[in-house]
Amino acid sequence: MDDVTFTEAFRDPAIARGLVRDIQRAADRPMRLMEVCGTHTMAIFRHGIRDLLPPAITLLSGPGCPVCVTDTLDINGFIALSQREEVIVATFGDLLRVPGSFTSLRREAAEGADVRVVYSAMDAVTLARQHPDRTVVFLGVGFETTTPTVAAAILTARDLGLTNFCVYSAHKVVPPALEALMQAPDTRIDGFLLPGHVSVIIGTEAYRPFFERFGLPCVVAGFEPLDILAAIGDLARQIADGRPALTNAYRRAVGDAGNPRARQVMAQVFAPCDTRWRGLGTIPASGLAIRDEFAAFDATRRFKIAVVEMPEPKGCLCGPVLTGARVPTDCALFGKRCTPTDPVGPCMVSSEGSCAAFYRFQR
Amino acid sequence: MPDKDKIAITLDHGAGGKLAHQLTTELLLPLFDNPLLAQLHDGAVFETDQGRLAFSTDTFVVDPLFFPGGSIGELAVNGTVNDLAMCGALPRYLSMGLIVEEGLPMADLRRVLEQARAAMDLAGVQLITGDTKVVPRGAADKLFINTAGIGVVPPGIRIGGDGARPGDRILLSGTMADHGIAVLTQREQMAFQSDVRSDTAPLNAMAQAVLAAAPGVRVLRDPTRGGVGTALNEIAVQSAVGMTIQEALLPVDPAVAGICDLLGFDPLYLANEGKMLCCAPAQQAEAALAAMQASPYGRRAAIIGEVTAQEPGRVVMATRIGGRRIVDMLTGEQLPRIC
Repeated sequence: MDDVTFTEAFRDPAIARGLVRDIQRAADRPMRLMEVCGTHTMAIFRHGIRDLLPPAITLLSGPGCPVCVTDTLDINGFIALSQREEVIVATFGDLLRVPGSFTSLRREAAEGADVRVVYSAMDAVTLARQHPDRTVVFLGVGFETTTPTVAAAILTARDLGLTNFCVYSAHKVVPPALEALMQAPDTRIDGFLLPGHVSVIIGTEAYRPFFERFGLPCVVAGFEPLDILAAIGDLARQIADGRPALTNAYRRAVGDAGNPRARQVMAQVFAPCDTRWRGLGTIPASGLAIRDEFAAFDATRRFKIAVVEMPEPKGCLCGPVLTGARVPTDCALFGKRCTPTDPVGPCMVSSEGSCAAFYRFQR
Repeated sequence: MPDKDKIAITLDHGAGGKLAHQLTTELLLPLFDNPLLAQLHDGAVFETDQGRLAFSTDTFVVDPLFFPGGSIGELAVNGTVNDLAMCGALPRYLSMGLIVEEGLPMADLRRVLEQARAAMDLAGVQLITGDTKVVPRGAADKLFINTAGIGVVPPGIRIGGDGARPGDRILLSGTMADHGIAVLTQREQMAFQSDVRSDTAPLNAMAQAVLAAAPGVRVLRDPTRGGVGTALNEIAVQSAVGMTIQEALLPVDPAVAGICDLLGFDPLYLANEGKMLCCAPAQQAEAALAAMQASPYGRRAAIIGEVTAQEPGRVVMATRIGGRRIVDMLTGEQLPRIC
């Protein structure tokens, strides 16, 4: 018998069967549970978790994939920047194929734009040091998990005296989106699977105001199959017992207070702002703008980016899919005009998008 | 939707997934169509008066030229040797075309060629013709290598992507994704140390041993770009069969699994350069497995699943925790997650 690795311990089939039985016992009525993290979406599909759940439980993929909730206006802005001669665009790979209104970063790269895939914001700072004659623009997309690292990159660039590095901040924060979801039309959610990585930074208590306002079962969950099954079981019991709570099923990584140091770095560089989410519209205080004292590192202030408002692609249901009002297979484009190879909407292009996950793992 | 001739080639067209498949079937195949090409196998097998020959070609553009466990030189030899081996052929002769960028250190070129020579000795093939072009700085990246190879197909051997039958067992000759991770961690200057080495290796001896031990084997494939997931899909489509693989049976090195988890990669879609898949009739599966495991490149070989009659063209995975999901073809390059 091979040694069981740390990860394998959280994929144990016998324990999984026990957790599934717990869920089956608790699921005494239809329950609609939403996860709001792209990594959860992927993990649920990759491990075939939907397949194990009783029919009473419906899992919805909310606005948890950062690429999917990035407004087309911002995508068009990214692309416009990539078309400038002096600019190197540094981005996480997921953004490459996202279609803007007319083209994508991938297509622009094929036409000659200088677009580089990086694995961290700090890599983009390195790129700026290597290319002093160009301006490196990092595309800042992501939730509280990623934002502290982007803030740290800006602080590093300032300390190095770099004048050719800046960030297009389309960063977002999770708790205001939960409130917006509860007010979105046609949305019915009985409980939330809260994002593990985001919670490592913001801590369980960051959801307290939301929980107290709406009184909905909320469980912070990790990403291994047993983490997710345990969290679903917790939610199902809370719903069945009519005793909603805010609980933490990912204690090995998440504390009540999160990571204060990371939040402090984030707050030093970014300030809350209203921002547009694809599918949800403008949500108050849900975005992060670069503070005035770091204006030199703000791509939107450095460059005049002219983008025009364009309608969403015709027939695309990404909006209602992101709020859980519809499922990917409700969309007439799904699997026909819209596939991962030739995506129409953002939920199909990002590997963490719910449409892409449905298409790849569960047609 | 964009007019097909107005779009430019993107890197996705070369990533061994769906777009690459489309490029082959929609652009190349209609232009050059003939029954031999239409087999769409790793190499073509054709009749001559003296028997059947296999012919294959492959081009290597890996960056960096040297990576843990190998170099572009070994890759260029093993890649073509393996394409021939996956036709059931005994590889004999290679050609080699070099495209060298002005400024490449002579020492690097020498090292690459010495390693290519060593790989040829190991595989038992000879270089019998070649060509060298030097292009100006920037017109190529350091060194590109094309190799082509000819092999002899022993009488009675018929291998193709269309030979899988319901009930066959699916075998994989060892751990997945070693090459992909070795090159990636080297190229991207990752801020972590790993000792993952490329698995580049000649598979001709192992392939012949499998065919001798399990004469009913009709499908061999080396899952290179696009990985095991894409290769299985190709076989499932060409053979019009379904496949079920067991997650718990898939061999993955723990370090590779850890790096994949960290970066959001699925080892099923990362490249291998010294692994083979085979479909063997159930009663010969254990013999085929023993033949693989007897090879120095197949010690961790495993039976990973079964060919089925359900849902032709579809590959399904039974997950470790008892769930079920589709294993699709790779779409474009695998990219890291961002949250």
